[in-house]
Amino acid sequence: MESFKNQDGKRIVENLIKVIQENRDYLSKIDGEIGDGDHGINMNKGFSICQERIEGKDMNLTEAFKTLAMVLMTEIGGSMGPLYGTMFIEMAKQSKGKEEIDKEVFRQMLASAIKEIQEIGNAKVGDKTLMDTLIPALEAYEAAMDEGFATALEKMSAAAERGKDSTIDLVAKIGRASRLGERSRGVLDAGATSCWLMLKSMADSMVQMV
Amino acid sequence: MQRMVNNPDYAVEDMLKGFVKVHSDILVGTENPRVLKYKDAPVKGKVGIVTGGGSGHKPAFAGYIGRNMVDAVAVGEIFSSPTAKAFFDAFKEADSGAGIACLYGNYAGDNMNVKMAMKMAEMEDITVKTVVANDDVASAPKDQPEKRRGVAGEIFMWKVGGAKAALGGTLDEVIAVAQKAIDNTKSVGVGLAPCTIPSVGSPNFQIEPGTMEVGIGHHGEPGVKVMPLGTADEIAEIMTDIILPDQPFMSGDEVVVLVSGLGATPVMEQYIVYNRVEEILAEKGIKVHRSYVGNYFTSLEMMGVTLSILKLDEELKELVDMEVDTMGLKQFKY
Repeated sequence: MESFKNQDGKRIVENLIKVIQENRDYLSKIDGEIGDGDHGINMNKGFSICQERIEGKDMNLTEAFKTLAMVLMTEIGGSMGPLYGTMFIEMAKQSKGKEEIDKEVFRQMLASAIKEIQEIGNAKVGDKTLMDTLIPALEAYEAAMDEGFATALEKMSAAAERGKDSTIDLVAKIGRASRLGERSRGVLDAGATSCWLMLKSMADSMVQMV
Repeated sequence: MQRMVNNPDYAVEDMLKGFVKVHSDILVGTENPRVLKYKDAPVKGKVGIVTGGGSGHKPAFAGYIGRNMVDAVAVGEIFSSPTAKAFFDAFKEADSGAGIACLYGNYAGDNMNVKMAMKMAEMEDITVKTVVANDDVASAPKDQPEKRRGVAGEIFMWKVGGAKAALGGTLDEVIAVAQKAIDNTKSVGVGLAPCTIPSVGSPNFQIEPGTMEVGIGHHGEPGVKVMPLGTADEIAEIMTDIILPDQPFMSGDEVVVLVSGLGATPVMEQYIVYNRVEEILAEKGIKVHRSYVGNYFTSLEMMGVTLSILKLDEELKELVDMEVDTMGLKQFKY
Protein backbone atom coordinates (compact mmCIF):
# COMPACT_ATOMS: atom_id res chain seq x y z
CA MET A 1 0.00 0.00 0.00
CA GLU A 2 1.32 3.44 -0.96
CA SER A 3 2.12 5.65 1.99
CA PHE A 4 4.88 7.60 3.66
CA LYS A 5 5.91 8.01 7.25
CA ASN A 6 4.66 10.98 9.23
CA GLN A 7 8.16 11.05 10.72
CA ASP A 8 9.65 11.76 7.27
CA GLY A 9 7.11 14.44 6.40
CA LYS A 10 8.88 17.56 7.61
CA ARG A 11 10.45 18.00 4.19
CA ILE A 12 6.96 18.54 2.72
CA VAL A 13 6.71 21.70 4.80
CA GLU A 14 10.29 22.70 4.00
CA ASN A 15 9.46 22.46 0.31
CA LEU A 16 6.29 24.51 0.85
CA ILE A 17 8.34 27.24 2.46
CA LYS A 18 10.77 27.23 -0.45
CA VAL A 19 7.97 27.56 -2.98
CA ILE A 20 6.44 30.54 -1.17
CA GLN A 21 9.83 32.24 -0.84
CA GLU A 22 10.55 31.73 -4.55
CA ASN A 23 7.16 33.15 -5.51
CA ARG A 24 7.14 36.12 -3.14
CA ASP A 25 7.34 38.75 -5.86
CA TYR A 26 5.09 36.86 -8.28
CA LEU A 27 2.29 36.59 -5.71
CA SER A 28 2.61 40.24 -4.73
CA LYS A 29 2.45 41.25 -8.36
CA ILE A 30 -0.75 39.28 -8.97
CA ASP A 31 -2.24 40.66 -5.77
CA GLY A 32 -1.33 44.18 -6.84
CA GLU A 33 -3.55 43.90 -9.92
CA ILE A 34 -6.75 43.84 -7.88
CA GLY A 35 -5.62 43.75 -4.26
CA ASP A 36 -3.06 45.71 -2.35
CA GLY A 37 0.05 43.86 -3.45
CA ASP A 38 1.14 42.43 -0.15
CA HIS A 39 0.11 38.79 -0.52
CA GLY A 40 3.57 37.48 -1.41
CA ILE A 41 5.22 39.62 1.24
CA ASN A 42 3.02 38.50 4.10
CA MET A 43 3.10 34.87 3.00
CA ASN A 44 6.87 34.99 2.66
CA LYS A 45 7.22 36.59 6.08
CA GLY A 46 5.08 33.95 7.77
CA PHE A 47 6.63 30.99 5.99
CA SER A 48 10.14 32.32 6.65
CA ILE A 49 9.40 32.68 10.37
CA CYS A 50 8.21 29.06 10.29
CA GLN A 51 11.45 28.08 8.54
CA GLU A 52 13.44 29.47 11.48
CA ARG A 53 11.22 27.62 13.95
CA ILE A 54 11.56 24.21 12.32
CA GLU A 55 15.15 24.44 11.09
CA GLY A 56 17.40 21.80 12.60
CA LYS A 57 14.59 20.40 14.72
CA ASP A 58 13.51 16.81 14.69
CA MET A 59 9.81 16.98 13.95
CA ASN A 60 7.25 15.06 11.95
CA LEU A 61 4.73 16.31 9.40
CA THR A 62 2.07 16.92 12.02
CA GLU A 63 4.35 19.07 14.13
CA ALA A 64 5.67 20.97 11.14
CA PHE A 65 2.14 21.76 9.92
CA LYS A 66 1.18 22.82 13.42
CA THR A 67 4.17 25.15 13.67
CA LEU A 68 3.30 26.71 10.33
CA ALA A 69 -0.36 27.11 11.33
CA MET A 70 0.47 28.76 14.64
CA VAL A 71 2.82 31.28 12.98
CA LEU A 72 0.19 32.17 10.39
CA MET A 73 -2.61 32.50 12.94
CA THR A 74 -0.74 34.29 15.69
CA GLU A 75 1.86 36.35 13.83
CA ILE A 76 0.72 37.08 10.30
CA GLY A 77 -2.96 37.99 10.28
CA GLY A 78 -4.43 39.53 7.13
CA SER A 79 -6.90 37.29 5.35
CA MET A 80 -4.36 34.60 4.67
CA GLY A 81 -3.34 34.16 8.30
CA PRO A 82 -6.69 32.79 9.43
CA LEU A 83 -7.42 30.97 6.15
CA TYR A 84 -4.10 29.17 5.72
CA GLY A 85 -3.66 28.90 9.48
CA THR A 86 -6.96 27.01 9.54
CA MET A 87 -5.89 24.87 6.59
CA PHE A 88 -2.64 23.74 8.20
CA ILE A 89 -4.04 23.29 11.69
CA GLU A 90 -6.62 20.91 10.21
CA MET A 91 -3.91 19.06 8.31
CA ALA A 92 -2.00 18.75 11.58
CA LYS A 93 -5.08 17.55 13.47
CA GLN A 94 -6.06 14.94 10.90
CA SER A 95 -2.54 13.53 10.65
CA LYS A 96 -1.94 13.53 14.40
CA GLY A 97 -1.21 10.06 15.78
CA LYS A 98 -0.99 8.55 12.28
CA GLU A 99 2.38 6.91 11.76
CA GLU A 100 1.73 6.29 8.10
CA ILE A 101 0.15 8.87 5.85
CA ASP A 102 -1.76 7.01 3.19
CA LYS A 103 -4.30 8.14 0.63
CA GLU A 104 -7.19 7.98 3.09
CA VAL A 105 -5.40 9.99 5.77
CA PHE A 106 -4.50 12.65 3.24
CA ARG A 107 -8.08 12.73 1.99
CA GLN A 108 -9.21 13.47 5.52
CA MET A 109 -6.54 16.15 5.90
CA LEU A 110 -7.59 17.91 2.73
CA ALA A 111 -11.34 17.52 3.22
CA SER A 112 -11.24 18.73 6.80
CA ALA A 113 -9.04 21.71 5.88
CA ILE A 114 -11.46 22.75 3.16
CA LYS A 115 -14.50 22.36 5.39
CA GLU A 116 -13.03 24.61 8.07
CA ILE A 117 -11.80 27.21 5.57
CA GLN A 118 -15.30 27.37 4.16
CA GLU A 119 -16.66 27.85 7.66
CA ILE A 120 -14.50 30.86 8.35
CA GLY A 121 -14.32 32.44 4.91
CA ASN A 122 -17.86 31.76 3.66
CA ALA A 123 -16.68 31.54 0.06
CA LYS A 124 -17.83 29.07 -2.56
CA VAL A 125 -16.64 27.99 -5.99
CA GLY A 126 -16.98 30.87 -8.46
CA ASP A 127 -16.33 33.63 -5.93
CA LYS A 128 -12.72 34.08 -7.18
CA THR A 129 -10.98 32.86 -4.07
CA LEU A 130 -8.82 29.95 -2.98
CA MET A 131 -11.97 27.80 -2.91
CA ASP A 132 -11.77 27.74 -6.72
CA THR A 133 -8.50 25.87 -6.32
CA LEU A 134 -9.37 23.73 -3.31
CA ILE A 135 -12.79 22.31 -4.19
CA PRO A 136 -11.91 20.92 -7.65
CA ALA A 137 -8.61 19.66 -6.22
CA LEU A 138 -10.41 17.62 -3.57
CA GLU A 139 -12.97 16.35 -6.08
CA ALA A 140 -10.24 15.21 -8.47
CA TYR A 141 -8.31 13.60 -5.65
CA GLU A 142 -11.30 11.63 -4.39
CA ALA A 143 -12.28 10.57 -7.91
CA ALA A 144 -8.79 9.19 -8.55
CA MET A 145 -8.19 7.47 -5.23
CA ASP A 146 -8.82 4.02 -6.72
CA GLU A 147 -5.91 4.62 -9.09
CA GLY A 148 -3.45 4.93 -6.22
CA PHE A 149 -2.08 7.62 -3.92
CA ALA A 150 0.49 9.02 -6.36
CA THR A 151 -1.94 9.24 -9.26
CA ALA A 152 -4.58 10.85 -7.05
CA LEU A 153 -2.04 13.44 -5.93
CA GLU A 154 -1.04 14.20 -9.50
CA LYS A 155 -4.67 14.61 -10.53
CA MET A 156 -5.29 16.81 -7.51
CA SER A 157 -2.39 19.02 -8.54
CA ALA A 158 -3.62 19.29 -12.11
CA ALA A 159 -7.17 20.11 -10.98
CA ALA A 160 -5.84 22.75 -8.60
CA GLU A 161 -4.02 24.39 -11.49
CA ARG A 162 -7.15 24.41 -13.66
CA GLY A 163 -9.12 25.77 -10.73
CA LYS A 164 -6.59 28.53 -10.19
CA ASP A 165 -6.68 29.39 -13.90
CA SER A 166 -10.47 29.51 -13.81
CA THR A 167 -10.28 32.56 -11.54
CA ILE A 168 -9.00 34.69 -14.43
CA ASP A 169 -12.47 34.86 -15.96
CA LEU A 170 -14.29 35.30 -12.69
CA VAL A 171 -15.61 38.44 -11.05
CA ALA A 172 -14.67 38.56 -7.38
CA LYS A 173 -17.62 38.06 -5.05
CA ILE A 174 -15.87 38.18 -1.73
CA GLY A 175 -12.86 39.90 -0.12
CA ARG A 176 -11.20 43.13 -1.07
CA ALA A 177 -11.34 42.55 -4.82
CA SER A 178 -15.12 42.13 -4.72
CA ARG A 179 -15.45 45.89 -4.51
CA LEU A 180 -14.10 46.12 -8.04
CA GLY A 181 -16.95 44.27 -9.70
CA GLU A 182 -16.21 43.82 -13.40
CA ARG A 183 -12.78 45.38 -12.94
CA SER A 184 -11.69 42.25 -11.10
CA ARG A 185 -12.18 40.13 -14.23
CA GLY A 186 -9.16 39.20 -16.35
CA VAL A 187 -6.57 38.57 -13.65
CA LEU A 188 -5.72 35.63 -11.43
CA ASP A 189 -6.82 35.59 -7.82
CA ALA A 190 -3.73 35.75 -5.62
CA GLY A 191 -5.14 33.42 -2.94
CA ALA A 192 -6.18 30.83 -5.51
CA THR A 193 -2.69 31.05 -6.98
CA SER A 194 -0.78 30.64 -3.71
CA CYS A 195 -3.11 27.80 -2.83
CA TRP A 196 -2.33 26.05 -6.11
CA LEU A 197 1.41 26.53 -5.56
CA MET A 198 1.08 24.88 -2.15
CA LEU A 199 -1.08 21.97 -3.27
CA LYS A 200 1.28 21.37 -6.18
CA SER A 201 4.30 21.47 -3.88
CA MET A 202 2.65 19.09 -1.41
CA ALA A 203 1.70 16.69 -4.22
CA ASP A 204 5.19 16.79 -5.75
CA SER A 205 6.84 16.11 -2.39
CA MET A 206 4.46 13.31 -1.50
CA VAL A 207 4.67 11.61 -4.90
CA GLN A 208 8.43 11.35 -4.40
CA MET A 209 7.93 9.81 -0.98
CA VAL A 210 5.29 7.17 -1.67
CA MET B 1 11.58 54.45 -3.86
CA GLN B 2 12.44 57.48 -1.75
CA ARG B 3 11.53 56.17 1.68
CA MET B 4 13.03 56.01 5.15
CA VAL B 5 12.98 52.42 6.37
CA ASN B 6 15.50 49.86 7.52
CA ASN B 7 14.54 46.32 6.58
CA PRO B 8 11.23 47.07 4.82
CA ASP B 9 9.78 43.76 6.03
CA TYR B 10 10.13 45.05 9.59
CA ALA B 11 8.88 48.59 9.07
CA VAL B 12 5.91 48.03 11.41
CA GLU B 13 8.08 46.69 14.24
CA ASP B 14 10.52 49.58 13.86
CA MET B 15 7.71 52.16 13.75
CA LEU B 16 6.09 50.78 16.90
CA LYS B 17 9.31 51.13 18.87
CA GLY B 18 9.48 54.82 18.09
CA PHE B 19 5.76 55.35 18.54
CA VAL B 20 5.69 53.93 22.06
CA LYS B 21 8.69 56.03 23.08
CA VAL B 22 7.15 59.27 21.86
CA HIS B 23 3.66 58.73 23.26
CA SER B 24 4.55 57.13 26.58
CA ASP B 25 2.43 59.76 28.38
CA ILE B 26 -0.69 58.20 26.81
CA LEU B 27 -0.04 54.60 25.89
CA VAL B 28 2.16 51.61 26.57
CA GLY B 29 3.23 48.46 24.82
CA THR B 30 2.02 45.09 26.09
CA GLU B 31 3.31 41.55 26.23
CA ASN B 32 2.09 41.10 22.66
CA PRO B 33 4.31 43.38 20.54
CA ARG B 34 1.35 43.91 18.20
CA VAL B 35 -0.95 45.27 20.91
CA LEU B 36 -0.78 48.77 22.40
CA LYS B 37 -2.99 50.02 25.20
CA TYR B 38 -4.00 53.14 27.08
CA LYS B 39 -1.65 53.52 30.04
CA ASP B 40 -4.55 53.28 32.52
CA ALA B 41 -6.35 50.38 30.79
CA PRO B 42 -8.27 48.45 31.83
CA VAL B 43 -10.25 51.26 33.42
CA LYS B 44 -12.23 49.88 36.34
CA GLY B 45 -15.91 49.40 35.62
CA LYS B 46 -15.64 50.86 32.12
CA VAL B 47 -16.50 49.14 28.85
CA GLY B 48 -13.23 48.58 26.99
CA ILE B 49 -12.99 50.11 23.52
CA VAL B 50 -10.86 48.05 21.15
CA THR B 51 -10.05 48.54 17.51
CA GLY B 52 -7.39 47.39 15.13
CA GLY B 53 -6.38 47.21 11.52
CA GLY B 54 -3.50 47.17 9.13
CA SER B 55 -0.61 49.59 9.55
CA GLY B 56 0.14 52.52 7.26
CA HIS B 57 -2.84 54.65 8.32
CA LYS B 58 -1.27 56.74 11.09
CA PRO B 59 -2.60 58.24 13.29
CA ALA B 60 -5.11 55.39 12.89
CA PHE B 61 -5.39 53.12 14.67
CA ALA B 62 -3.06 53.34 17.65
CA GLY B 63 -3.08 57.13 17.53
CA TYR B 64 -6.62 57.13 18.89
CA ILE B 65 -5.68 55.34 22.09
CA GLY B 66 -6.22 57.55 25.11
CA ARG B 67 -8.57 59.09 27.60
CA ASN B 68 -12.23 59.02 26.48
CA MET B 69 -11.47 57.15 23.27
CA VAL B 70 -9.78 53.81 22.55
CA ASP B 71 -8.35 51.48 25.23
CA ALA B 72 -6.42 48.94 23.18
CA VAL B 73 -5.43 48.44 19.57
CA ALA B 74 -4.36 45.40 17.55
CA VAL B 75 -1.70 46.28 15.00
CA GLY B 76 -1.36 44.50 11.65
CA GLU B 77 1.19 44.48 8.87
CA ILE B 78 0.95 47.37 6.43
CA PHE B 79 -2.55 47.29 4.92
CA SER B 80 -3.16 43.84 6.38
CA SER B 81 -5.39 42.76 9.26
CA PRO B 82 -3.91 42.08 12.69
CA THR B 83 -3.95 38.47 13.79
CA ALA B 84 -6.82 36.93 15.72
CA LYS B 85 -4.38 36.57 18.60
CA ALA B 86 -3.63 40.31 18.54
CA PHE B 87 -7.35 41.19 18.66
CA PHE B 88 -7.83 38.69 21.47
CA ASP B 89 -4.88 40.06 23.45
CA ALA B 90 -6.23 43.59 22.93
CA PHE B 91 -9.59 42.44 24.36
CA LYS B 92 -7.79 41.08 27.41
CA GLU B 93 -5.75 44.27 27.92
CA ALA B 94 -8.89 46.43 27.77
CA ASP B 95 -11.30 44.25 29.73
CA SER B 96 -12.24 45.32 33.23
CA GLY B 97 -15.19 42.96 33.39
CA ALA B 98 -17.68 45.40 31.82
CA GLY B 99 -17.22 43.93 28.36
CA ILE B 100 -15.50 44.97 25.16
CA ALA B 101 -16.82 47.05 22.29
CA CYS B 102 -14.73 46.10 19.29
CA LEU B 103 -15.23 48.90 16.77
CA TYR B 104 -13.48 48.18 13.49
CA GLY B 105 -13.75 48.54 9.72
CA ASN B 106 -15.42 46.24 7.22
CA TYR B 107 -12.56 44.31 5.59
CA ALA B 108 -12.43 40.56 4.92
CA GLY B 109 -9.29 39.96 6.98
CA ASP B 110 -10.45 42.01 9.96
CA ASN B 111 -13.83 40.28 9.90
CA MET B 112 -12.22 36.84 10.00
CA ASN B 113 -9.65 37.67 12.65
CA VAL B 114 -12.16 39.42 14.91
CA LYS B 115 -14.51 36.45 14.55
CA MET B 116 -11.75 34.06 15.61
CA ALA B 117 -10.67 36.37 18.44
CA MET B 118 -14.26 36.47 19.73
CA LYS B 119 -14.26 32.67 19.90
CA MET B 120 -11.09 32.83 21.98
CA ALA B 121 -12.64 35.52 24.23
CA GLU B 122 -15.75 33.42 24.77
CA MET B 123 -13.59 30.71 26.26
CA GLU B 124 -12.21 33.21 28.78
CA ASP B 125 -15.63 34.68 29.58
CA ILE B 126 -14.89 38.08 28.07
CA THR B 127 -18.02 39.55 26.49
CA VAL B 128 -17.27 41.16 23.14
CA LYS B 129 -19.70 42.98 20.88
CA THR B 130 -18.84 44.63 17.60
CA VAL B 131 -19.69 47.52 15.34
CA VAL B 132 -18.35 47.21 11.81
CA ALA B 133 -17.78 50.55 10.11
CA ASN B 134 -19.06 50.92 6.56
CA ASP B 135 -19.02 54.66 5.91
CA ASP B 136 -17.40 54.62 2.45
CA VAL B 137 -20.27 55.29 0.05
CA ALA B 138 -18.16 54.68 -3.06
CA SER B 139 -17.31 51.11 -2.12
CA ALA B 140 -20.75 49.63 -2.78
CA PRO B 141 -24.29 50.77 -3.58
CA LYS B 142 -26.52 52.03 -0.80
CA ASP B 143 -28.64 48.86 -0.85
CA GLN B 144 -25.55 46.74 -0.08
CA PRO B 145 -24.30 48.33 3.14
CA GLU B 146 -22.70 45.04 4.18
CA LYS B 147 -20.25 45.45 1.30
CA ARG B 148 -19.22 48.98 2.12
CA ARG B 149 -15.84 49.38 3.74
CA GLY B 150 -14.86 51.53 6.68
CA VAL B 151 -12.67 54.59 6.16
CA ALA B 152 -11.99 57.83 8.03
CA GLY B 153 -15.51 57.93 9.48
CA GLU B 154 -14.33 55.24 11.88
CA ILE B 155 -12.83 58.07 13.91
CA PHE B 156 -16.34 59.33 14.72
CA MET B 157 -17.34 55.82 15.78
CA TRP B 158 -14.39 55.57 18.20
CA LYS B 159 -14.91 59.12 19.45
CA VAL B 160 -18.59 58.59 20.21
CA GLY B 161 -18.23 55.03 21.51
CA GLY B 162 -15.24 55.99 23.66
CA ALA B 163 -17.06 58.97 25.13
CA LYS B 164 -20.13 56.90 25.95
CA ALA B 165 -18.00 54.27 27.67
CA ALA B 166 -16.20 56.97 29.65
CA LEU B 167 -19.56 58.32 30.84
CA GLY B 168 -20.33 54.90 32.28
CA GLY B 169 -22.45 53.51 29.46
CA THR B 170 -23.12 49.78 29.47
CA LEU B 171 -21.77 47.60 26.70
CA ASP B 172 -25.13 47.60 24.91
CA GLU B 173 -25.37 51.37 25.19
CA VAL B 174 -21.86 51.86 23.86
CA ILE B 175 -22.51 49.51 20.95
CA ALA B 176 -25.82 51.19 20.14
CA VAL B 177 -24.40 54.69 20.04
CA ALA B 178 -21.27 53.66 18.11
CA GLN B 179 -23.56 51.99 15.59
CA LYS B 180 -25.66 55.15 15.42
CA ALA B 181 -22.52 57.22 14.80
CA ILE B 182 -21.38 55.09 11.88
CA ASP B 183 -24.92 54.79 10.46
CA ASN B 184 -25.01 58.58 10.36
CA THR B 185 -21.56 58.96 8.82
CA LYS B 186 -20.82 58.98 5.11
CA SER B 187 -17.38 59.23 3.54
CA VAL B 188 -15.73 59.34 0.14
CA GLY B 189 -12.11 59.54 -0.97
CA VAL B 190 -10.37 61.11 -3.94
CA GLY B 191 -6.91 59.92 -4.92
CA LEU B 192 -4.38 61.98 -6.89
CA ALA B 193 -1.31 59.74 -6.69
CA PRO B 194 -0.75 56.17 -5.47
CA CYS B 195 1.18 54.84 -2.48
CA THR B 196 3.93 52.26 -2.12
CA ILE B 197 4.21 49.58 0.53
CA PRO B 198 7.96 49.73 1.34
CA SER B 199 8.48 45.97 1.12
CA VAL B 200 6.77 45.90 -2.30
CA GLY B 201 8.91 48.75 -3.58
CA SER B 202 6.59 50.12 -6.22
CA PRO B 203 2.99 51.32 -6.27
CA ASN B 204 0.51 48.54 -6.91
CA PHE B 205 -1.94 50.81 -8.64
CA GLN B 206 -1.57 53.81 -10.89
CA ILE B 207 -3.22 57.18 -11.10
CA GLU B 208 -2.16 58.84 -14.33
CA PRO B 209 -0.80 62.38 -13.94
CA GLY B 210 -3.53 64.86 -14.71
CA THR B 211 -6.26 62.55 -13.47
CA MET B 212 -7.85 61.68 -10.15
CA GLU B 213 -9.64 58.58 -8.90
CA VAL B 214 -12.97 59.42 -7.32
CA GLY B 215 -14.05 56.98 -4.63
CA ILE B 216 -10.61 55.53 -4.02
CA GLY B 217 -10.22 53.25 -0.99
CA HIS B 218 -7.80 53.45 1.88
CA HIS B 219 -5.55 50.85 0.28
CA GLY B 220 -5.83 52.10 -3.27
CA GLU B 221 -8.96 50.12 -4.04
CA PRO B 222 -10.15 51.62 -7.31
CA GLY B 223 -12.98 54.08 -7.05
CA VAL B 224 -16.11 54.69 -9.04
CA LYS B 225 -14.58 56.81 -11.77
CA VAL B 226 -11.37 58.31 -13.09
CA MET B 227 -11.70 61.98 -13.99
CA PRO B 228 -9.43 64.79 -15.15
CA LEU B 229 -7.81 66.38 -12.12
CA GLY B 230 -10.08 69.15 -10.87
CA THR B 231 -9.50 72.22 -8.76
CA ALA B 232 -9.88 71.97 -4.99
CA ASP B 233 -13.35 73.51 -5.30
CA GLU B 234 -14.36 71.02 -7.97
CA ILE B 235 -13.09 68.12 -5.85
CA ALA B 236 -15.12 69.41 -2.90
CA GLU B 237 -18.20 69.59 -5.14
CA ILE B 238 -17.72 66.07 -6.51
CA MET B 239 -17.31 64.65 -3.01
CA THR B 240 -20.32 66.42 -1.52
CA ASP B 241 -22.40 65.42 -4.55
CA ILE B 242 -21.65 61.79 -3.71
CA ILE B 243 -22.07 61.97 0.06
CA LEU B 244 -24.98 64.33 0.66
CA PRO B 245 -27.74 62.45 -1.19
CA ASP B 246 -26.58 59.11 0.21
CA GLN B 247 -27.42 59.80 3.86
CA PRO B 248 -29.23 62.09 2.92
CA PHE B 249 -28.02 65.25 4.66
CA MET B 250 -30.68 67.95 4.49
CA SER B 251 -31.43 71.53 5.33
CA GLY B 252 -31.58 71.97 9.09
CA ASP B 253 -29.16 69.15 9.83
CA GLU B 254 -26.22 69.73 12.11
CA VAL B 255 -23.04 67.91 11.12
CA VAL B 256 -19.42 67.23 11.95
CA VAL B 257 -17.06 67.43 8.99
CA LEU B 258 -13.72 65.68 8.69
CA VAL B 259 -11.36 66.33 5.79
CA SER B 260 -8.46 63.94 6.18
CA GLY B 261 -5.35 63.93 4.04
CA LEU B 262 -4.30 60.53 2.72
CA GLY B 263 -0.63 61.13 3.47
CA ALA B 264 0.98 63.25 0.75
CA THR B 265 -1.49 66.07 0.25
CA PRO B 266 -0.30 69.25 1.96
CA VAL B 267 -2.51 70.24 4.87
CA MET B 268 -2.77 73.65 3.22
CA GLU B 269 -4.66 72.09 0.32
CA GLN B 270 -6.93 70.22 2.69
CA TYR B 271 -8.07 73.57 4.06
CA ILE B 272 -8.80 74.79 0.54
CA VAL B 273 -11.04 71.75 0.02
CA TYR B 274 -12.69 72.25 3.40
CA ASN B 275 -13.50 75.84 2.64
CA ARG B 276 -15.60 74.89 -0.37
CA VAL B 277 -17.21 71.95 1.46
CA GLU B 278 -18.38 74.35 4.16
CA GLU B 279 -19.76 76.76 1.56
CA ILE B 280 -21.72 73.99 -0.12
CA LEU B 281 -23.15 72.84 3.20
CA ALA B 282 -24.09 76.41 4.12
CA GLU B 283 -25.82 76.87 0.75
CA LYS B 284 -27.90 73.79 1.52
CA GLY B 285 -28.80 74.97 4.99
CA ILE B 286 -26.63 72.34 6.72
CA LYS B 287 -24.91 73.67 9.82
CA VAL B 288 -21.36 72.63 10.66
CA HIS B 289 -21.19 72.08 14.40
CA ARG B 290 -17.55 71.06 14.46
CA SER B 291 -14.90 70.32 11.87
CA TYR B 292 -11.53 68.66 11.60
CA VAL B 293 -8.91 69.12 8.88
CA GLY B 294 -5.57 67.32 8.79
CA ASN B 295 -3.92 63.93 8.39
CA TYR B 296 -6.29 61.99 10.62
CA PHE B 297 -6.45 58.73 8.68
CA THR B 298 -3.80 58.27 6.01
CA SER B 299 -2.73 55.67 3.47
CA LEU B 300 1.06 55.83 3.56
CA GLU B 301 2.01 58.55 1.07
CA MET B 302 -1.09 58.43 -1.09
CA MET B 303 -2.07 61.82 -2.40
CA GLY B 304 -5.66 62.83 -1.93
CA VAL B 305 -8.26 63.33 0.77
CA THR B 306 -11.29 61.70 2.29
CA LEU B 307 -14.34 63.67 3.27
CA SER B 308 -16.47 62.31 6.12
CA ILE B 309 -19.68 63.89 7.37
CA LEU B 310 -21.54 62.87 10.51
CA LYS B 311 -25.15 63.88 11.07
CA LEU B 312 -25.73 64.79 14.70
CA ASP B 313 -28.54 64.44 17.17
CA GLU B 314 -28.39 65.70 20.74
CA GLU B 315 -26.79 62.52 22.08
CA LEU B 316 -24.13 62.35 19.38
CA LYS B 317 -23.40 66.06 19.79
CA GLU B 318 -22.70 65.71 23.49
CA LEU B 319 -20.41 62.75 22.89
CA VAL B 320 -18.55 64.38 20.00
CA ASP B 321 -17.96 67.48 22.11
CA MET B 322 -16.55 65.61 25.06
CA GLU B 323 -12.89 66.08 25.95
CA VAL B 324 -10.44 63.64 24.45
CA ASP B 325 -6.71 63.17 24.82
CA THR B 326 -5.06 60.95 22.23
CA MET B 327 -2.10 61.39 19.93
CA GLY B 328 -4.36 61.81 16.91
CA LEU B 329 -7.16 63.84 18.44
CA LYS B 330 -6.96 66.26 21.34
CA GLN B 331 -9.93 68.27 22.48
CA PHE B 332 -10.14 70.18 25.74
CA LYS B 333 -12.69 72.45 27.31
CA TYR B 334 -11.34 75.74 28.54
